[in-house]
Amino acid sequence: MNAPATATAQRKTQAMHKNLQAGICFWSFLMPALAGLVLFMAIPMVWGFLLSLSHAQNTIHPGHFIGARNYTDLLTDPEFLNSLWTILVFTLFIVPATFAFSLWLALAVHSIPKGKAFFRTVFFIPTAVSYAAASLIARMSFFSGTASGFANHLVGLFGMQPVQWIGTASPPWYWLVLVSVRLWLQVGFYMIIFLAALQEIPRSLYEAAALDGATGGWTVLRFITLPQLRNASVSILLLNLIAAFQAFDEFYNILGGSGSSGGNIGLARPPLVYIYNVALSSQDFGRGAAGGFIITALIVLFTLVQGRLLGFGSKEGR
Amino acid sequence: MMRAHSPAEKALLALRYLALSVLAVIFLIPFYLILRNSLMTDAQINAAQWQWFPLHPHWSNFRQLFADNTAFVWTGLRNSALIAAVTLVLQMLISSMAGYALARIPARGSRTVFQVILLTLMIPGAVTFVPTFALMAYIGGVNTLWGILAPGLFSAFSIFLFRQFYLNFPTEIEEAGMLDGLGYGGIYWRLVLPNSRSVMMSLGVLAFVGTWNTFLWPLVVGQNPSSWTIQIVLSTFLTAQTVNLHELFAAALVAVLPLVVVFLVMQKYIVEGITFSGGKE
Repeated sequence: MNAPATATAQRKTQAMHKNLQAGICFWSFLMPALAGLVLFMAIPMVWGFLLSLSHAQNTIHPGHFIGARNYTDLLTDPEFLNSLWTILVFTLFIVPATFAFSLWLALAVHSIPKGKAFFRTVFFIPTAVSYAAASLIARMSFFSGTASGFANHLVGLFGMQPVQWIGTASPPWYWLVLVSVRLWLQVGFYMIIFLAALQEIPRSLYEAAALDGATGGWTVLRFITLPQLRNASVSILLLNLIAAFQAFDEFYNILGGSGSSGGNIGLARPPLVYIYNVALSSQDFGRGAAGGFIITALIVLFTLVQGRLLGFGSKEGR
Repeated sequence: MMRAHSPAEKALLALRYLALSVLAVIFLIPFYLILRNSLMTDAQINAAQWQWFPLHPHWSNFRQLFADNTAFVWTGLRNSALIAAVTLVLQMLISSMAGYALARIPARGSRTVFQVILLTLMIPGAVTFVPTFALMAYIGGVNTLWGILAPGLFSAFSIFLFRQFYLNFPTEIEEAGMLDGLGYGGIYWRLVLPNSRSVMMSLGVLAFVGTWNTFLWPLVVGQNPSSWTIQIVLSTFLTAQTVNLHELFAAALVAVLPLVVVFLVMQKYIVEGITFSGGKE
C-alpha cells in the first residue's frame, strides 16, 4: 500500500504539531514545580555557597569574600567540633536502635493472631505528635526533675531519690530523655514500612522453607524474612540517618531555655542548633551557611559509607 | 501466618502479647500525662504525692488558655491550620501536575528534568535553611504566613511519587479522552485528577501532618508572634523563664488533639501513603 505523498507530508506536519503541543503542555505542567525548586533549592544553594565564602556579619548579602575562612574557623571552633561529636554519637546510637526496635515491633505485631490493628494503631499514633509537644511532655512531666515527675514517681516507688533527668552533665541522663523522645515519635512510622514489606513476602517461601525442614523461628527469620525485608531496611536506614544528622527540635526544646544561659543546651548542642544560633542569633550568615555545607558533606559521606556497607543497589537476596 | 501449636510456641506467643501490652501502655503514657496535667491546677501538677487523675477536672484551664492573650494559642492554631491546609492543596496540585507531565507527556528533555529533580531530593534542609532565610528577608517573606509555607509547596519527593503513580495509571482513560478530542490539559483536569483521589488523600494527609508539626523553618522565619505556628507557641511557652504549667499542658493538648483525630480517622490513607513512599526508595 503506497500512501500518496501529500498524505505523508500531512501526517508529518500533524506529528510535528502534536510534538510541539506536547512540548508546550509538558513545560507548562512542570512550570510551577520547577519555578519553586529553582527559587527555594537552586538559588539558596548558590546564595548559601557565596555567603559561606563571605564575611557576612549582620548582612544577608555575600560580597565581602574571605575565601575559606568561615570553614576553617568552624573546624577549629571547639564548640562546633563538639556539636559534630554530639550528633555523631547520637546518630550512631539512634539509627540502629530505631531500626531494631521498629523491626521487632513489626515482627511481633505481624505474628500475633489477634489484636493486630489495635497494637499497630497504638505504636503508630505517636507519629501524630510534634517534636515540640513531645519535648514538652518529656521535659515538664515525664522526665521532670522534681518529685512530681512521672519517671521520678516510678523511681520513688523503689524508694529512690528523684533523679535530675535533664539538668546535669553527669550522669548524662539527658541522653535517655532525648533518645526516648525520638524513639517514641518515630518507631511506629518505620514499623508501618516494615509491616507493609512483611505482608508482601509470598507465603510460598515459608511453605518451601518448612518442607526443607527450616522450622525454627530463628532460621526462618535469618534466611527468609530478613533477606525479603532488604529493600525496606535500606530505605529505613537511609531516611533515619539523614533525619538523625539534622536533629534540632527535641534538643532545642528539651535542653534549650531563654535568657543568657540558654538553658542546658550546652550539654548537647547538635550542629543545627549551633548553626541556628550563629546565623539567627549572632547574625553571622556566612558562618551559618558554611556550617550547613559541612553538615551536608557529612550526611553525604555517611550515606555513601552506609550504602557501601549495605551493598546499595545490589539485587542479591531478592 | 503460622498458628501456635506446641506448648513452647504457645508460651512464646503469650510472652509476645505480654511484651506488646507493656509497650503499648508505655506508648500511651505521654497522652495520658497531657490529659491529666491539662485538667489540674499548678499545685496539683507540682505535688510530690502522685495523683493519677484529678478528682475535680479543671476544664476551666482551657477557657483560661484561650482567654490568655499573651499565649497566642488562637493565633498559633489558626496559622498552623491555614499553612497546613494551603500546603496540602497546593503541594498536591503542583506535584501531581509535574509528576503527570514527567510520566505521560512525551517531550524532549523529560529525562534530564527528572534527573535534576531527583538531584534536589538529596539537598538536606540543613544546608538550605540559612540562605532560604536570607532569600525570604530579601523578598519580604519574614514574619509572614506565605514566607513560612512557600518553600513547603515544592516537594521533589512528592513529584517523584506522583510520577511513580502515573507511570502505572491505566492508559485506557487517557485514550478515551484523546478520542473525545481532549488535549493534555483537558485529560489531566477532567480525567486524571479525579482518578488520583486516593493517592492525593494519602500523600496530602502526610503533607498536612508534616506541615502542622514542622518546627525549624517556622522558628527561623516566623519570629513575630503574629506569625507563630502552634509549635512555636508551645516552644516559646516551654522555654520561657516562668512557666504556667496548667496552661502549658492545655496548650499541648490543643496542639496534639487535632492531629490525633486526623490520624485515627485517616489511618488507612496515612498507612497507604507511608507504604507508598517507603517502598519507593
